[in-house]
Amino acid sequence: MPYILSLVTFLPLVGALAIFLARLASKTQDAAAPAARWIALITTLVVLGVSVVLVAGFDPSNVSYQFVEMVPWFAGASYHLGVDGISILFVLLTAFLMPICILASWKSIETRVVEYMIAFLVLETLVIGVFTALDLYLFYIFFEGTLVPMFLIIGIWGGANRIYAAYKFFLYTLLGSVLMLLAMLWMSHTAGTTSIPELKQYAFDPAVQPLLWLAFFASFAVKMPMWPVHTWLPDAHVQAPTAGSVILAGILLKLGGYGFILFNVPMFPVASEMFRPLVFTLSVIAIVYTSLVAWRQTDIKKLIAYSSVAHMGFVTLGIFSGNDQGLQGAVFQMISHGLISGALFLCVGVVYDRMHTREIAFYGGLTSRMPWFAAIFLMFTMANVGLPGTSGFIGEVLTMTGAYQASTWAALVAASGVIFSAVYALTLYRSVMFGEITNPKLMTIADIDKRELALFVPLILGTLWLGVHPAAVLDYTGPAVEALTNAYRVAIGG
Amino acid sequence: MPDLSSALHLAASELTLAVGALVLLMVGAFIGDKSARLVSILSVLLLIAAAVIAFMGPWGVAFNGAYVADPLAIYGKSVIYLSAAVAIVLGDGWMKRTHIAKFEYPVLIVLASVGMGMMASSGDLISMYVGIELHSLALYVLAAFHRDDVKASEAGLKYFVLGALSSGLLLYGSSLIYGFAGSMRFEDIAAFAQNNPGPGLVFGLVFLICGLAFKVSAAPFHMWTPDVYEGAPTPVVALFATAPKVAAMVLIARALEGGFSEAHAQWSQVLVAISLLSFVVGAFGGLAQKDIQRLLAYSSIANIGYALLGIAAGTSEGLQAMLMFMTLYVIDQLGFFAILLSLSKSGRPIRRIADLAGLKKDRPVTAVALTILSLSVLGMPPFSGFWGKYYVFGAAADAGLWPVAAAGLVASVVAAFYYLRIIKLMWFDAPLDEIATDKASPETSLIGWACAAFAFPLVIVGLTWLEPLTKVASAGFGNG
Repeated sequence: MPYILSLVTFLPLVGALAIFLARLASKTQDAAAPAARWIALITTLVVLGVSVVLVAGFDPSNVSYQFVEMVPWFAGASYHLGVDGISILFVLLTAFLMPICILASWKSIETRVVEYMIAFLVLETLVIGVFTALDLYLFYIFFEGTLVPMFLIIGIWGGANRIYAAYKFFLYTLLGSVLMLLAMLWMSHTAGTTSIPELKQYAFDPAVQPLLWLAFFASFAVKMPMWPVHTWLPDAHVQAPTAGSVILAGILLKLGGYGFILFNVPMFPVASEMFRPLVFTLSVIAIVYTSLVAWRQTDIKKLIAYSSVAHMGFVTLGIFSGNDQGLQGAVFQMISHGLISGALFLCVGVVYDRMHTREIAFYGGLTSRMPWFAAIFLMFTMANVGLPGTSGFIGEVLTMTGAYQASTWAALVAASGVIFSAVYALTLYRSVMFGEITNPKLMTIADIDKRELALFVPLILGTLWLGVHPAAVLDYTGPAVEALTNAYRVAIGG
Repeated sequence: MPDLSSALHLAASELTLAVGALVLLMVGAFIGDKSARLVSILSVLLLIAAAVIAFMGPWGVAFNGAYVADPLAIYGKSVIYLSAAVAIVLGDGWMKRTHIAKFEYPVLIVLASVGMGMMASSGDLISMYVGIELHSLALYVLAAFHRDDVKASEAGLKYFVLGALSSGLLLYGSSLIYGFAGSMRFEDIAAFAQNNPGPGLVFGLVFLICGLAFKVSAAPFHMWTPDVYEGAPTPVVALFATAPKVAAMVLIARALEGGFSEAHAQWSQVLVAISLLSFVVGAFGGLAQKDIQRLLAYSSIANIGYALLGIAAGTSEGLQAMLMFMTLYVIDQLGFFAILLSLSKSGRPIRRIADLAGLKKDRPVTAVALTILSLSVLGMPPFSGFWGKYYVFGAAADAGLWPVAAAGLVASVVAAFYYLRIIKLMWFDAPLDEIATDKASPETSLIGWACAAFAFPLVIVGLTWLEPLTKVASAGFGNG
């Protein structure tokens, strides 16, 4: 199929259009809601199906970009799509999480359903576009574009303090990315091309590399988010609806890590090597500090949000270690975190939908009322801690192995973060799930229903499968990462 | 003169407008105020005809070099006449609502268009000044058109006094340039500057730039803008924000890149300072505004800063970027004002930003259109405003103006806040009261929606034909 990448990228947009038409055909907003839900679900499932076909047709041993499409556009840019062993996994992850998000919002979103579903489908197009774009400006368009639907999702369907969170999310990330735009202008003018594969081959002047590196870093570090520019994330998460959080943690955070792998490491290797101490310092601060912050949270969602920042610290550690294990681990950790944090936010959503509060102190003793939920929540808590047998373990071990080769100290401090993550995760689990039920309101709380179970099953299977069979991911990333690190070594050696 | 007929042929679009305006004035004078509608329609047709004449017309130089009909002028005129025509259409519904239907409104806009056409085509200092005064005098009257309104009168007076001051600066600079260069024609000035760009000439040049900066409301000569935007009638502001800005930007480009291309090092510094100041003032000044039109005034100050950056680059790519930027900006602005005009509650126009709260419930299509336009002016890809900025910053960066480009981009993040607030009010907030908005006149809504549809998604196609047009228009200018 020659246009399969365009298909997978723009199919959600077609779904959004269909929902819009369904809205026009029905008299009121509410009348169109069931149609909107079903169209969104079917669209995302079709996208998932197409991306499975995409993965099946992908040749992991081939390190060049595949399914490439290229049409010259205006302003020197071109419509240039393609995937390699790394980006194809993110496309699959996005397509995989989206139907889960739609299902998770099935009942909890009751107002303005049509707009909600349209926003999600547009978001899916933009995110998949980021992972498939191979042109500088096309990448930028998709990357920036994700801000708008996310701004609306947080601002319209979020909690009490949603407007503050939406502004913070938008302005923080916008500031990061305008600097990236400036760097992109410089790169395309200097190298005379906007094609990302060609720019990867172009040797940028080592004297300019640090500036360019910093410009991209500013953008991706905010998106990642790295300490100290992470403060938008807990606010955005707490105020976002459950599915919004799943997308935010599961996919949007990965845009930052993906950006590092696409731009910073291959295009500015000298600067990456030079700034490694900076990145490592920020990463270990993130791991240790935000773990401790997470420990003291009183809001379940905020706790998980901070834990995301800590886990992203492992990702940056792995990416900038500059070796195979580190980079493989980083990609693996991102995929794994997409599944685990997504599931954890869904767990929060389960109790929030029932009790409409996320205060840890409100809960306690849920095991006796919700045995199924207790088992699932425990499983993902353990995966979040990095228990062997779950995907979280592989990601952390690989990134730390990579980091160890680059800096023993960084790996040492980061390893302590694993302990801290156990501290906050187990504390949370104990306060919410164990003990006697002291709050009378919880006496009637119901266990998860079939729809909710259906949400968790794919995530459970994915987490366990990647935990015992990491080659499923590593076989895809291996050749691509190897090519990247080889070029990296040549660049910094020469 | 043997070439009088060919000279008149070159200036056919202005002549059409000038003669047409006089005829329309007679029509109005004989029929009275009930002819307002008829005169409006005829004026729109006249302006469209003038745009077509200008676009199809021959290229050349007439009247001893005082009048230039080159691609730059022709492109500028097409944009100017068409946006003036839209301003007349927008004025029609407004006049009906405020019960001051007067046939002078379209005629004044046509007369202003003659002046703006002259500005775009001026080849020497005299025709430049005549063009500026012709359009300014018409605009002063338009600003105070709602003469029983205190704010409108104040706006007209302020605009007049400060406009007179800027004309003084302009004349002073022109006389210095003439004194030192010995010629009025930009061509001769360029030849003179090539050999001796002395301090006297540069002195005059700086005055010239200051005078022109007044006209485009670039900081620090922007003080009149918020007051005039707030006080003047909304359709008049829609005109102020579009056609005269394009005319003045084309004029600046022609004067600087045509007349002073050798002194690029000198004027580029001045322009960089002005544009830097403009987008900082525009971004921070807009933050605390409560009145939508005041907000748009600050937004226009910031955007003129970006456009000037294109000229400051001094290259033909820079000029092309400026033309692209201005074209896309004009379409955004017309859409913005059209939507503002289409919104009123109990006959009272919506003026405070807070009045937009909950608009989504009441007028969903208009809310979507306004959201697209806000995102576009904000510079969010893939909306049209992003492409304008993309060209301008690309050209500025190409010319080595990196620090300014970086500052401009950061300022655009600050400015993003107030566009976001518009979106936030419409989508996130509940309406302030239960009063529904009035039924809008269909043409204003349609213009607003059409402009929004151009901002996205039509811009993707639109750029592919705007790019070659502006490329032709900017060819031969600049030193690169």
